[in-house]
This record gives sequence, C-alpha cells and structure tokens, in this order.
Amino acid sequence: MSVTQATSPDRLTGGDEEVFVTTNKSVWQRLMANPTAVVSIAALVVLSLSAILAPLLAPGNPLKVTPADRFIPPGLEHFFGTDNLGRDMFKMVLHGGRTSLLVGLIVTVISMGIAVVLGAISGFYRQVDVVLMRLVDGLMAFPGIVLATAAAGIMGPSMTTVITSLSIVLIAPSLRIVRGQVLVVRELQMIEAARSVGVPTLRLFTRYILPAVSSPILVQASFIFSAAVLGEAGLSFIGVGIGPKELSWGNALTEARNYISQAPWIVLFPGLALMLTILALNLLGDSLRDVLDPRLARRR
Amino acid sequence: MTTETMLSVSGLSKSFKSVKAVRDVSFAIPRGKTFGLVGESGSGKSTTARLVLRLVEPSAGKIAFRGRDLSTLSSSELRRERRHMQMIFQDPFGSLNPRMSVRDTLVEPQFVHGIGTAAEQLKTAERLLAEVSLPRAALDRYPHEFSGGQRQRIAIARALSTNPDLIVADEPVSALDVSVQAQVLNLMRDLQDRHGTTMLFISHDLRVVQFMCDEIGVMYLGEIVEQGPRDRIYNAPSHPYTKALLASVPGKGSGQRARLSGEIPSAHAVPSGCAFRTRCPHAFERCSSEKPAMREIGNGQRAACHLLDKAMAA
Repeated sequence: MSVTQATSPDRLTGGDEEVFVTTNKSVWQRLMANPTAVVSIAALVVLSLSAILAPLLAPGNPLKVTPADRFIPPGLEHFFGTDNLGRDMFKMVLHGGRTSLLVGLIVTVISMGIAVVLGAISGFYRQVDVVLMRLVDGLMAFPGIVLATAAAGIMGPSMTTVITSLSIVLIAPSLRIVRGQVLVVRELQMIEAARSVGVPTLRLFTRYILPAVSSPILVQASFIFSAAVLGEAGLSFIGVGIGPKELSWGNALTEARNYISQAPWIVLFPGLALMLTILALNLLGDSLRDVLDPRLARRR
Repeated sequence: MTTETMLSVSGLSKSFKSVKAVRDVSFAIPRGKTFGLVGESGSGKSTTARLVLRLVEPSAGKIAFRGRDLSTLSSSELRRERRHMQMIFQDPFGSLNPRMSVRDTLVEPQFVHGIGTAAEQLKTAERLLAEVSLPRAALDRYPHEFSGGQRQRIAIARALSTNPDLIVADEPVSALDVSVQAQVLNLMRDLQDRHGTTMLFISHDLRVVQFMCDEIGVMYLGEIVEQGPRDRIYNAPSHPYTKALLASVPGKGSGQRARLSGEIPSAHAVPSGCAFRTRCPHAFERCSSEKPAMREIGNGQRAACHLLDKAMAA
C-alpha cells in the first residue's frame, strides 16, 4: 500500500485570475503631488530661465563701471541697486547666475558620470574595489578647499580650474553611494536571472544595474549640484575661483562684503540668489528621495 | 530502450569555505525527461541547480551537457551556451527586471543570443505569450502589474524564448498560492510535452515532484541518498530518509511510518559516516563509522544505506 498515489493525475485543478493590477502613478506624478517639490522645481526653473535669458532680461555688459551711479539703492531704474563701482546689481545677479549654474551643471555631470562608471566597476569587481576604495578614502581625507587652492595655484584661477577641482572633490562621496547601491543590486535575483539568460556583462550594467540604482543617483545629483554651486561661490569668494574678470555670485559677494554696512543690497541679492538655489536643490533632493524611496513607493 | 543523455552530472561538489553545500552529486537526464531533486531546505538542491548551469562555480565535478563539459568552458563560450539552457526561479517577484516590459523581457534572451531579426523576435514573444495563456495586451505591461502566477508564466515564457534543450526549474511554484501552483504546473507539463524540453526540477514538495518528474533524486545534506524512477521512489522507498519524507506528506496513509524529527544538521559539521544517522530511527554503530555507498536495488533504483546490506545478507 503506497502512501501517496503511485500514478499522478493528468491535470491538477486550480486557476489564476486574469486581471492586471492597475498601474501606480509615475514618479513625475507623485513628485507633482508633493508641494515642496513643486515649489523647489518652480524656483529652479525661474533661476535657470533668468540665467539663460539674462542677455534679454538685462541687456548690456554687467561689468560696465559707471562711477557716477555708485551705491544707488534698489529702485525702479536699478531693481537691485548699484555697487561701489556703479554696476547694476540686477545685471550682475542674472549674468552671474549663468556662470554659477553652468559650473554647477558641468561639475554635476562630470563627477556623477565618473562616479557612476567607477562605482559600477567597483561594486562589481572586487580587485578593483580594494584599490579604488582606498583612493576614495584618501580623497575624502583630503580637505577639498586645500585641493582646490592648490589647483588654482598650479593652473591659475579660471573656470576650468574650478570645474576640475570641484569635480574631483565631489566624485568621492557619489562613488561611495553608487558602489554601495551596486553591491546591493548585484545580489538581486533579477541579476542572476539575467546571467542565466546569457546577458553579457556590459548589458547587465546598462539594462539591469544602472536603472535599478538610478533613483539614489538622481537624489545624489541634486545634492552634488548644490554643493558645486556653493563650492564655486566659496572658491571665488576666497579668490581662488573663476577670477575677477568673470562674473559669478561668489565673485559678486567678494567685493560686496566691504560695503555691507553702507549698501547692504550689494550683498543681499547675490546672496539671496545663491541661497535660493541651494535651498531649492536640497529640498528637491529631499522630496525626490521621499518619492523614490522603495519603502514608500511599494508597487505591489 | 536507450535514449540520448541530455545532461549528465558526475561528482559535482561545492564548498563555501568550510560549508560543504553539495557533495559528490551524480545523475543523468535523458532527452525530454524530467529529473526531480527533493529534500528539505538546506539539502543543497538549489545550489545543485546553480552548479549545473555554472551560475555558481563548482569546486569539483563534471557537467556534460549536449556532449560538452560545461566546467571547462571559458566565460564567453559559457555565455553562448546559455542559449540552450535556461532557468526558472522560485521568486517570480525577484527574477524579472521591474524596469523591462514583458515585450523586452521576452525579446531580451533572443536579442543577446542573436536569434532572428527584431520582427521575428517580437513574433516569438507574442507566440510565447499565447503559449503561457497571457493576452497580447500584456506585452507592453511591466512586471508589477501582474500577479505571482502571471509573473511566473512570464518567466516560463522567457525561459522558452531561446528554445532551450534544458530548463532548470528551482522551486518554480513554491512561492505561489496552491490553486495557482496547479495551473503553473499543468502549463509547464504541457509546454514540456510540446517542446520536448529536458528538465531539472527542484522542489521540496513531494506531491509537486511526483506530478512533474520521471526520475527522482532525494537529497540530504548535499548528497543524493536515493534515486530512481518516480513510481519506485513513491511505492518502494528504501532509504529511511525517503520513507520519512513520504510519511510527512499530508493525505491518506500518513502517520503509518515514522515521521522526521529534529532539524537537518548544519553543513558546517556534517556527521561522520552516514549524514542521516543523527535523525535516523534505525541507526546503528556502523552508520557513524562508515559512509554507506550507493548500491543498486533494481529497476534503476539506487540508495545509500547500510540497512540495505543487512537486508541483502538476511
């Protein structure tokens, strides 16, 4: 007498419902439902547009010196007033934003790009990881400001110098984050499944691993952007930035600090622009993180 | 009655540092047949499945597949060979890329192996979707829009998309509801009949294995302790572990035999002699001093137990 039936049945009974689970809202839709995100995106759009459209909104050379118009308070003729050399602060802020935001954008693209490639390699190949992580440790232990000052000393203060030094300094933290995410994702069953299918390694990166780590990369990018804008302003302020011939928010603040009691608006407006940018970027990063957080964004 | 052997594994072993996950596993599967591996969790079934596909590198042993020894292939040769061997995973939520539509998921294996033109690949994807009874509208949907059973059917369609000779199914239904399990199992059997696919089927569920498999290997602590044709294993089990496993199946007759007590020992410290002796109701001195060898019982059935010697001597 057998315990179970010796011959198995031809069919087993049972079924599965044929209904599709409804799609959840897209990331963009959820972001638009978040008031903080909406406000910070709006602020960033206004700031970017005013920088891009600066030649139209405030035509003329922003560095043009008009000694007769020194220290005019904000008014209808000069929205943001004039500085110690009679330059129009409205022009300076708008045109300065071009440099500041451009530097921020380029630094973000370069440092995040390198961090993603190296982080992916580091998370995937253990031998590379050991070397790369020690380099990152070294880079993180080294004060960024010292590195940037040294770079300015060697290469001379210029936009290239600022972009190069800020990119190098900002690679390290992003690389850490990307590597950590890749280490988590590579253990997912979907990666083993892709390997069992025969997906080549490069395609594994681009089609499976990178999309899975894109959320933290996006969040990190918004913080790197704000760090880069702030970094440029800081470097320019202490005189190792983009140099006096070009205009940025940091540069504008450098000279303005001598007249802060006499004409506070010279400091106020570039400072406000800078603060608004940083605040908007950081708030956007925070709300992005909320929206993309897998624990909140469960889609089952 | 000789049939071509599709997969033949001999002396397959895997150690993770001090853990001996799989020890000297050997079996062969004829073309078009299904070989089942059963055992408790921790018995090394899933590791064996991954070793066969070289998703995990074996510590020792040979894997002969389509006449080639997989363990000697270079990584690029192995990648190309994967076209002929596919896997179905336990977790239908984890094995699909959430960012790839069903269309991309089904085209992907064909694309990476350069099978057909883009139009042909899409046609194959549509045909496979129909074969696993999902509507054509599913093509543009993403994995999170499907239920577990539907996802597992997508995974099955993906495994079939390169028209493989061998499919390794690692607990393909244990993450599913019982009613859905039946449907997926029926589907797998139909598809296997239609495509003539050879299958290595891993499960801890004896009823599932009984339904699916022609031949069965019972694993305990990384070893196959008994193996043979399905009906022999179910009707005339000879190893005490097989008997105990069968006794634990709910349904008629259960309770007639001794059920299994305790837990499977750690693979860190495999007992001396027979690995099962710590839980075996019939263990005697010889079991701790000498490891029982696999011996033929007849009708293709083999088991490793000293009791068989006694029975034969008597």
